[in-house]
Amino acid sequence: MNYSYYPGCTLKTKAQDLDFYGRESAAALGITLEELPEWQCCGAVYPIARDEIATKLSAIRALMAARDNGTPLVTLCSACHHVLTRVNGDMQRNADIRMKANNYLKPAVPYAGETRVIHYLQLLRDEIGFDNLKQAVKKPLKGRKIGAYYGCLLLRPSKEMQFDDPENPHIIEDFIKALGAEPVVYAMRNECCGGYVTLKSEAQAKENVDLIIKNARAHGAEELITACPLCMYNLRAHQDGSMPVRYITELLYEALGLREGGAADET
Amino acid sequence: MKLDEKEIAGIIKEISGSDVKKCMKCGKCSATCPAYGEMKFHPHQFVTMVARGKIDELLKDETVTRCLSCFACVERCPRGVEPANVVAAVRVLAEREQGGSNFVPDEVPALIIADKEIPQQALVSAFRRYRK
Ligand code: SF4
Ligand code: SF4
Repeated sequence: MNYSYYPGCTLKTKAQDLDFYGRESAAALGITLEELPEWQCCGAVYPIARDEIATKLSAIRALMAARDNGTPLVTLCSACHHVLTRVNGDMQRNADIRMKANNYLKPAVPYAGETRVIHYLQLLRDEIGFDNLKQAVKKPLKGRKIGAYYGCLLLRPSKEMQFDDPENPHIIEDFIKALGAEPVVYAMRNECCGGYVTLKSEAQAKENVDLIIKNARAHGAEELITACPLCMYNLRAHQDGSMPVRYITELLYEALGLREGGAADET
Repeated sequence: MKLDEKEIAGIIKEISGSDVKKCMKCGKCSATCPAYGEMKFHPHQFVTMVARGKIDELLKDETVTRCLSCFACVERCPRGVEPANVVAAVRVLAEREQGGSNFVPDEVPALIIADKEIPQQALVSAFRRYRK
């Protein structure tokens, strides 16, 4: 099946790994991710104030392009997923935003949030199925103790995101299991890494990261995975390097046996 | 035109979409806030101060930028008050005023030079969240 794909700014630059492993793995699983032509950056933070319209337009353009393609829109970066999902919800539910955005964009067919936005993990769970994924795994990640780091953006506010149980999520643990590794559940997996505050105060972000990594380690995690480039940055930059952090798609790529030179897979 | 405190509080209620009167002052939002120690006013105080229309202090407070927009307070408020939206509305009003924010876009390039690993996502956020 075909899906429209929205990579977002960071996957074209600092998080090229997240993008590359994601596309290659999807292709190996028989999924075609068709990158939207001429997509624009979503803005990275959802504009909360209800009178913000201009800051939502780039997201609306992407949503509309997917609608015109007649396909769901797949995201990979947690922040893009957060912004596109919530702006789409605004277009469905908020008549004022819908009217103003359509008046400004003047699309041939007005947009009212028809596109289905799905995150890559939901694609794996709901469209492929974790059981089928398990069958496709060529190199099960046996013996690896992996902590899922969810962060905030995928889960909250759950009323709008509808991603997973916001306080006891398990989609990434199920994903880890499908790949043959052992998921490590720890309490801080859905607490914030500090996000963009690291630009304002590294100390504040470090404090959050410390708590997360200590908690994950105390429960036996030997590595962490995330879907968010900013979580990745914070988790890596604000620790001593003893806890490896990888993208979800890199793990998938490995388990599907797509990495060259087998031996490296044992690390 | 200068608006008084009450009028500005009205705007905050409107653009946050938060029903601040529903707050029962349980403090759960502040208890769960990871930025608690960094912010001069805590999420429950934002809610109460806006409800009372006493917001001059809030508008002057620079530590509002320490809120992470992590939505933990939104998720865990038993009354559906959405404190993060109130914090965001206060912040947006400060950002919209020329010189109102304590972080300006001109500061961003230096950050890129200081750390080459900083993802674009953070820089875009900086332009959005710390603008003007
Ligand atoms: S959104 Fe802001 S105020 Fe609410 S819990 Fe997170 S950091 Fe605290
Ligand atoms: S959690 Fe909700 S009800 Fe409780 S103090 Fe905070 S805003 Fe008020």
